[in-house]
Amino acid sequence: MIRWIRQQLGFDPPHQSDTRTVYIANKFPQHGHYIPQRFADNRIISSKYTIWNFIPKNLFEQFRRIANFYFLIIFLVQLMIDTPTSPITSGLPLFFVITVTAIKQGYEDWLRHKADNEVNGAPVFVVRSGSLVQTRSKNIRVGDIVRVAKDETFPADLVLLSSDRAEGTCHITTTSLDGETNLKTHYSVPETAVSQSVSRLESLQAVVECQQPEADLYRFVGRITVTQQGEEIVRPLGPENLLLRGARLKNTKEIFGVAVYTGMESKMALNYKCKSQKRSAVEKSMNTFLIIYLGILLFEAILSTILKYAWQAENKWDEPFYNQKTDQERNSSQILKFISDFLAFLVLYNFIIPISLYVTVEMQKFLGSFFIGWDLDLYHEESDQKAQVNTSDLNEELGQVEYVFTDKTGTLTENEMQFRECSINGIKYQEINGKLIPEGMTEDSPDGAVPCLNKEEELFLKAVSLCHTVQISYDQVDGPGDPFSHANGFSPQMEYYASSPDEKALVEATKRMGVTFIGSHGEIMEIKTFGKAEKYKLLHVLEFDADRRRMSVILQKPSGEKVLFTKGAESAVLPYSTSGEIDKTRVHVDEFALKGLRTLVVACRHFSADEYQEVDRRLHEARTALQQREERLVEVFNFIEKDLELLGATGVEDKLQDKVQETIESLRLAGIKVWVLTGDKHETAVSVSLSCGHFHRTMNILELVKQKSDSECAEQLRRLARRIREDHVIQHGLVVDGASLSLALREHEKLFMEVCKNCSAVLCCRMAPLQKAKVVRLLKTSPEKPITLAIGDGANDVSMIQEAHVGIGIMGKEGRQAVRNSDYAIARFKFLAKLLLVHGHFYYIRIATLVQYFFYKNVCFITPQFLYQFFCLFSQQTLYDSVYLTLYNICFTSLPILVYSLFEQLVHPHVLQSKPALYRDISKNSLLSFKTFLYWTFLGFCHAFIFFFGSYTLMGEDTTLMGNGQMFGNWTFGTLVFTVMVITVTLKLALETHFWTWMNHFVTWGSIAFYFIFSLFYGGIIWPFLHTQDMYFIFVQLLSSGSAWFAIFIIVITCLFPDVIKKVFYRHLQPTSTQKSQFIEAYQGIGCVDSMCCFSEGQNACSRLGRLVERMMGRCDPARATRSWSDSDTFFSNDRSILTLSPMEVSHC
Amino acid sequence: MMASSYNAKDEDGHHPGSVGSGGPGAVKSKKPDNTAFKQQRLPAWQPILTAGTVLPAFFMIGLIFIPIGIGLLVTSNNIKEFEVRAVAIATSYCVIRALCSYTAPRTKDFSNVFMYYGLSNFYQNHRRYVKSRDDSQLNGDKSSLLNPSKECEPYRTSDKKSIAPCGAIANSLFNDTLELFYIHPNGSRIAIHLVKTGIAWWTDKHVKFRNPGENNNNLSIVFQDTSKPVNWRKPVYELDPSDPDNNGFINEDFIVWMRTAALPTFRKLYRIIQKKKDNMTPTLPPGNYSLEVIYNYPVRSFDGRKRMILSTISWMGGKNPFLGIAYITVGSVCFFLGVVLLIIHHKYGNRNNNADIPN
Repeated sequence: MIRWIRQQLGFDPPHQSDTRTVYIANKFPQHGHYIPQRFADNRIISSKYTIWNFIPKNLFEQFRRIANFYFLIIFLVQLMIDTPTSPITSGLPLFFVITVTAIKQGYEDWLRHKADNEVNGAPVFVVRSGSLVQTRSKNIRVGDIVRVAKDETFPADLVLLSSDRAEGTCHITTTSLDGETNLKTHYSVPETAVSQSVSRLESLQAVVECQQPEADLYRFVGRITVTQQGEEIVRPLGPENLLLRGARLKNTKEIFGVAVYTGMESKMALNYKCKSQKRSAVEKSMNTFLIIYLGILLFEAILSTILKYAWQAENKWDEPFYNQKTDQERNSSQILKFISDFLAFLVLYNFIIPISLYVTVEMQKFLGSFFIGWDLDLYHEESDQKAQVNTSDLNEELGQVEYVFTDKTGTLTENEMQFRECSINGIKYQEINGKLIPEGMTEDSPDGAVPCLNKEEELFLKAVSLCHTVQISYDQVDGPGDPFSHANGFSPQMEYYASSPDEKALVEATKRMGVTFIGSHGEIMEIKTFGKAEKYKLLHVLEFDADRRRMSVILQKPSGEKVLFTKGAESAVLPYSTSGEIDKTRVHVDEFALKGLRTLVVACRHFSADEYQEVDRRLHEARTALQQREERLVEVFNFIEKDLELLGATGVEDKLQDKVQETIESLRLAGIKVWVLTGDKHETAVSVSLSCGHFHRTMNILELVKQKSDSECAEQLRRLARRIREDHVIQHGLVVDGASLSLALREHEKLFMEVCKNCSAVLCCRMAPLQKAKVVRLLKTSPEKPITLAIGDGANDVSMIQEAHVGIGIMGKEGRQAVRNSDYAIARFKFLAKLLLVHGHFYYIRIATLVQYFFYKNVCFITPQFLYQFFCLFSQQTLYDSVYLTLYNICFTSLPILVYSLFEQLVHPHVLQSKPALYRDISKNSLLSFKTFLYWTFLGFCHAFIFFFGSYTLMGEDTTLMGNGQMFGNWTFGTLVFTVMVITVTLKLALETHFWTWMNHFVTWGSIAFYFIFSLFYGGIIWPFLHTQDMYFIFVQLLSSGSAWFAIFIIVITCLFPDVIKKVFYRHLQPTSTQKSQFIEAYQGIGCVDSMCCFSEGQNACSRLGRLVERMMGRCDPARATRSWSDSDTFFSNDRSILTLSPMEVSHC
Repeated sequence: MMASSYNAKDEDGHHPGSVGSGGPGAVKSKKPDNTAFKQQRLPAWQPILTAGTVLPAFFMIGLIFIPIGIGLLVTSNNIKEFEVRAVAIATSYCVIRALCSYTAPRTKDFSNVFMYYGLSNFYQNHRRYVKSRDDSQLNGDKSSLLNPSKECEPYRTSDKKSIAPCGAIANSLFNDTLELFYIHPNGSRIAIHLVKTGIAWWTDKHVKFRNPGENNNNLSIVFQDTSKPVNWRKPVYELDPSDPDNNGFINEDFIVWMRTAALPTFRKLYRIIQKKKDNMTPTLPPGNYSLEVIYNYPVRSFDGRKRMILSTISWMGGKNPFLGIAYITVGSVCFFLGVVLLIIHHKYGNRNNNADIPN
C-alpha cells in the first residue's frame, strides 16, 4: 500500500524491471506466479489541470509569480495588522487579476482537454474475445491487438503482427513524427504474419518482451516468443517491427498489431517535450523596472517610518490631548510597533507596483496575437495557410530582431524540385517540354513521334529511374474503376513518395522522358521504356547515408546480367569512377552548381557472375554480422562502389520562393543581419545566396572553407579579419562550411565572431542540424546579446528554431515538425518582412508604451499619498478613499491603455513595410531603455507633485472654495487630487495615442465619464454596509465649487503642457525617422488630396502663417484628407527603390 | 486644429482572386476575413503634435487663460478678509475675555460676511483621529448609539456607558464662543447678530447626521443610556437647547467640526453675518468692533494658534489669489512658448516637412 502511494506520488519509479513483458491479447499464463505489470493506459494528457485540481494548482502556479506573491503578502499583512487601507483595496485587484488569469488559463486548458478528448475518444478496432470490437482510443491496454486500416494513424506504439499482405509488411509515413515524407516499410515476424484474420489471431499465443519506454524514435529492442504447437519460437524485434503512434498507415489495407507502449509512454508522447519558456526582452526589462520600483517603495516606506519616529519623539505630536492612544497601542512593544508601522507604510504605498501590469500585458499579448493570424498579407492563397501563433509571449520580440538565421531549402526556396539539366556522357542536355535536348540545339526541330535515344542516354535514364527508394501510392485507383488507367497499365494519379525531393524530381523527369518507373513488387522493379515494360530484379540496396553521400542498387537485368547503379554527390562518386567522361562531367557539375542547381552524379558498374557472387556473399555476411555490423557494412559498400563507369550528372533546380530577394533586402535595410544556414554544398549555396540577394554581386565574398586544422583555420580567420579592416568601403560576405565552422568555433570563437560581425551577409553551408543551433547559440551569447530569429521548415531546423529567441516555422513540404516547435509559423519566407517590420514594430511599440505607462500612472497615483504623509504627521492617513484606491488600476485607467496597446499604429503599415529603416528606431529595446524609463518615472513624479501641490495651494490657503462659505475636508482634498490625476493620466495616454479609432475615443472619454458617473453614484448614497460614510456627497460638493473646476483645468493643463512642448521640440529638433515618416504620411495625405496645401517648392509664395491659419481653420478636414493608399503607390515604390539603391542609408545608420 | 488625416478603410489591393470558391467540395478556406478590424485598418484619426498643430492651441490657451486669470485675481482681490490672531495667554480651561478692536472695511460691503475660526498645528488629518468616529451612530442608528464602533477607542465608553457621539473627533469639539460687537461711536456696544445655521453642508445636516429616535423631540431621553464625551462640559443634546433643529447630532457646529480638515492649518465656518435686508446699509458698517472670546479650547499644549477670520465670499469662494496667478502664469508661458514655437516652426518646419518627401 505504501509502495503504491509512493509510486503514485512518483517517488519510486513505477517500473521495476528493465523490460516489459506483454502478453498478446492479454492471455496471461494460467499457471505459475504471474505478477501483472502495471502499464499506463492509452490516454494522451496534454492538459495541465483537471476540474478538481484546477483551483489549487492554478493558484499555486499563479502565486509563484513574484508580483502576485507580493500582493498576496500585502493582502495578508493587511489582514493581520492595523493598516491604513482595508484588505479589500489590495484583495480585490488581486482577486481580479487572479481571476482573469485563471479564466484565460482555464480556457486554454479546456481547449487542450478538448483536443485530448478528441484524440482519446477516436474510434479504434480492437480484437477482444474473438471478435473485432470498436472502442475508444483511450481504452486500448498494453497487450491489446489493434486493427488499423489504411490512412489511419496508429493509436499506440504497436508491434506489427500481420498485414493484409502475405509477407506481413506494411508501409507507413512518419511525417508527423520526424518530418520525413517517404514511405517506410515495416515488417512482421513470419510466425505472426500468417495470422491475418481475427480468428487466427485468437489462436495466436505469443509474448513480447521489450525494453521499457524511451524517447528515441529509432531504437527498439525486443523479442517475441510465439508458441506454436507447444513449441516456442523466439524472434528478435527491432524498430522495423514497431509502428509508432502518430505515424500513418499507407498503401496497406489493414494491419494487426499488439500495443506495447500506450498513452503517455508511447514514443510520440515521450518526445512531446515541454517547450522551454522563452522570455522576451521586454519582459526582462519589465522585471528590472519592477525591482527598481520595489526599491523606491522600500525607500519611501523606510523614510516615512523614520520620519514618523522623528516626529513622534515629541509627545505633543505623538499624542496631543485631542487624539489619545488606546492603552493597547501605548503598551505594545516598540519593535513590534516599528515593524507594523513599516508594514503599514508598505501597504500604503504598495500600489506603486502596478498590480494589473502582468494581467494587462498578458491580455494584450493574447488578444493582440490574433492580428497575426487575421492578417490577409500573411495568408497564402495557394496552400490555404494563414499565419499561426504558437506563443503570444514573444510578439514584441518580433520588433527587436537583430539576426535572422534562415534555412535555405524550403525556406528561401520552394523545395519543389524541378529537373532542369543533365550531362550524359560528357554532353549537356536540357529538359524542354519533357524532352531531352542536347545543348545548342533548339527544341523547335520537330521531332518525330518516337523520340530516339541513344544507348548512353537510355542507360542513364534507366539508371536514374531505377536507382532510388521511391515508393508509389496508387491513391485513387483502389476503387473499382478507372478502365483507362488499367488499360494504360499505370494510373495517371500514380504518386511518387520519396525521402528526398530530388529523387522524386528525377523519377518524375525520367517518366516525362519516356522511362517510367511503374513500381516494385517484392523484389521486382518494373519500368516502362516507351511503353515497353522491363522487369528488373532488385538484389540489394546500398542505402544512402550522410557519410558516403551516395546510394546504390544492385539489379538483375531482364537479360540476367547483374548491374550496380550508383547515385550521389559528385565528391562521393567521381573519385571512384574509372571510366566515362569524368572531366567533362566535372565541369558540367560545377556549371550546374553555379546556376544554383542541385547536382547528383550517376554511375554504374557491371558485375561478372563471379564478382557478383563475391559481392553477394560479403554483403550477406556483413548484414548478418552480430558485431560491428555498421563498420563492416561500410567496408563492404566501399568494396562494391568502386571502379564505376560514369554515366552522367543531373541538375535539379529548387525554385526560389516569391519575393525572397525583396524580403532579404528589406530585412537588411531594417538593420537585421541575415545568415543563411544550409546543409547544401558550397557552390549551390553560394549561387542560391546570390540569386536571392543575400550576397550581392558587388560584395566581396570571403571564404572560410575546407579548413583541415586548427592553426590553418586561425590563420585564415586572421587573414579575413585583416582584409575586412583594410577594405571597409565594400560590403563583405562570408562563406563558412560546417567542418571549418566547427574548427573555428572550437578555438577561435572570438576571432570568428569579429569576422562575422563585420560581414553584412554570412552563409554557412554543409551544416548539421546541431551545428545550426550552435551558431545561433554562439551569436545569442555573444557580448551584445543580440536578439536572434531562426526560420526554417524542416525537422533539421527544429533545434535552431528552439534555440533562437524567436523561432519561426515555414509551413512547407517537409512535415509540420518545424511548425510545431516554432513560436510563429508562416507559409512563405516573404511574409517574414511584414511579420517583423509591421507586426513586430507595432507590438513592440504597443507593449513598450504599455509598460512605461503603467509605471508612470502608478507613480502618479501613489506619490501624492506619500507627500500627504508630510502633512499628517506620517500617520499613514490615506489621501484617497479605499474604493478609489481599489478601482484606480482596475477600472478608471485600465481600458484606455489596453485598447491603445491593441490598436496603436504609430505609422501606417504600408510605410513601415516600404521603409524598413524605421525598424532601426526601435532596435536594442530603445523604448524601454533606462533613459526612457527614467523619463517616464520622472514625469510621473512631476505630475504627482503638480497634482498634490496644485491642490495643496488651492486648499492650503484654507479659504473656502464654495460660494456659500462652507469648508471642505480632507476627503474632498483627496478627491480633488484623484480627479485631476484620473483626467491627467488618461489624457497623457491620449497624447501618446497616434491612432484614434472609435474604440480609443470610446474608452478614453468613457473612462473619464465613468469616473465621474461612478463618483457621483458612489458619493450619492449612504452605503449601508460600509462603516464610514467618508465620501458621502464629497464629489458633488467638489463639483459644485467653481474654483475646483478652474483648479482641475489648470492643473491638468500644467501637467500636460510641458510634455506637449517636449514632444514638439524633439520632433522638430531631433526627429526620429519614425516621426519623419509620420510627417510624410500626414502631409502626403493632405497635400495630395488638396493641392492647395501641398508643400512643394513652388508653394512658397503663399505665406506660412496663412497656411497655418488655413490648416487651423479646417483645411485638414478629415473627410478631405481621406485617401486610399493605392493613390500613393507610386510614391512608395519610388521610395523603396531609393532606399534600396542608396548604400548611404545603410552605412550611416 | 491638428494636422490629421483620416485613413479610410482601404479596400484596394487585397483581392487575390476568388476566395474559397475553388471547386466543388472545397474545404472551408482558412482565409482570414477582410474586415477593417481584423486587418487593423479601422478608420482612425491620426493627429501629429507639431509646432504647426500645437501653435494655435498655445495661442488660444494664452489668449483664454490670461483674461480668466485676471478675472479670477480681480474677484479674489475684491474679497475682503480680516483676520484676528487670538493671543492665547491662558492655560487650559480658564476663561478670559480677549478684547480686540479693529477698523472695519473701508468700502461698503453689502453681502453676507462669514465668520471663521482657524486653528493651526491641529492635526485633524491624523489617521488615528480621522477614523475615530462612528458614522452609523451619527446617522441615528440605535444599536450603534449604545454600542459604538471599535474605531472610537479610546473615546468609546466612559463609566461603562457608551459615549455619544463617540470618537476623538467629537471629543475634541471646538468649544470657544466668539461674539462680535460693534462699538458705536458713542461708546455703546451693539452685539452683531450671528447666524449659526447654514454653516454645514446641506447633505450632512439632513442626511448624513441624524438624531436617534425619529421624531422624538426629547433628546435627553433618547440619549439617556449614553455618556457625554469626556472633554465636553455638556451632553450632546444640550449643544443648542434653544433650537431643536440644531441640537444633538445635527448641531451645525458639531457637523462642521466633524468634517475633518485636510491640513494641519485650517479654518472652519463659525457664523454667518447676514446682510441687511434693505441692501442700503453695509453688513458691517465701518467703525470699531470688538471680538469677545470665551476661551475654552486649549491649544498651547500642541503649539496651536487660534484665529478668527471675517470674510466676504464671491462665487468662487474666499480670498484665494492662487488660481488667478496660476492662470495668468500658465497663460503667459503658453503665449511665450507659442512665440518660440512659431519661430521654430518658421525656421525648421519647412525643412522637416519637405526633407523626406522624395521627388
